[in-house]
Amino acid sequence: MYRFLKQLLLITCFACFTFSAKAQKVPLIKIDQLESRIHTGKDTTYIINFWATWCAPCIEELPNFEKLNKEYKKEKLRILLVSVDFKSQFTSSVIPFVHKKKLKNEVLFLDETDQQEYINRIDSTWSGAIPASLFIRDNKRKFIENQLSYPELLHEYQTF
Amino acid sequence: MKLLLTLLFAVASFACIAQVKTLTPGQAAPDFKLENVDNKEVSFKSFSDAKGYIVVFTCNTCPYAKAYEQRIIELNDKYASAGFPVIAINPNDPEVSGGDSFDKMKDRAKSKHYKFPYLFDQGQVATNAYGARNTPHVFVVEKTNTGNIVQYTGAIDNDPEDSNPNKIKYVEEVINALNKNEKPSYTVTKAIGCTVKRKS
Repeated sequence: MYRFLKQLLLITCFACFTFSAKAQKVPLIKIDQLESRIHTGKDTTYIINFWATWCAPCIEELPNFEKLNKEYKKEKLRILLVSVDFKSQFTSSVIPFVHKKKLKNEVLFLDETDQQEYINRIDSTWSGAIPASLFIRDNKRKFIENQLSYPELLHEYQTF
Repeated sequence: MKLLLTLLFAVASFACIAQVKTLTPGQAAPDFKLENVDNKEVSFKSFSDAKGYIVVFTCNTCPYAKAYEQRIIELNDKYASAGFPVIAINPNDPEVSGGDSFDKMKDRAKSKHYKFPYLFDQGQVATNAYGARNTPHVFVVEKTNTGNIVQYTGAIDNDPEDSNPNKIKYVEEVINALNKNEKPSYTVTKAIGCTVKRKS
């Protein structure tokens, strides 16, 4: 009996460990950090998707970004899923959501309060509505304030 | 074929962008005649004593709209008697967003005791005329000798979570300035919000 319990404990620990190793951490990031992150990327194409757990069309299109990442893994492509959820929802909604959906793309939480400033810095044409996605490579930028189907996303990526 | 597809995409993206041209401050605010939750039609003319209007595109379903609902109610309580009543318009297509049907709007207005009109925008006519892009999206309109003029577009304040006691209350500042015949210090602001649900 004791042996059995010991084994059970071991298995549980192992399960916990593999789970936490797989589930990604979601760092809080400032707009400055996001910008410098992109500038160091050089010839990498960045697709930065702005989403939130409460935004139904965002949740709908997230699998498209996961699929693009999976299929173009060998290309210099980096997809960043930037959550603009309320900060009070970070531990209660964002983290559980990221773990549940097992998102493979890097997820970041935008830790900014002044929306006036960061919306314009991301793109001056952005109204603030989500979903929205920013494509960046070197000095080239394209901003799309719309939900993207997989064919649309693929088209945008391939023609960028 | 590829060219055709590309062209199709280009036209489609252009159509999407062209559809949402938001009115800018200084432009005329087009009047509308929309059905209220009490089944009566409402337009600017329904408020003969008004000095202007707080036109808010908002809805039942968006968490941001819900977060701002109480503040919209308070804006009307505070400013309707000062000449700037709230006129709320639901910009979402109920076929795309079922929770924004006319019946659900009636339920919401009743349960939250709206004292302002909450209008159903059949065919998204007013929504497109104003170029409302997200919910809530505010247009402060002033009645002038030359007609109804947009004085401000954007957010209600800079604190959606309602957690900062030092928030800037844009709409209040704009109306206070207009009531003193001054130029508002804010004319356009932006905010995160839910996209207006349009028929694709």
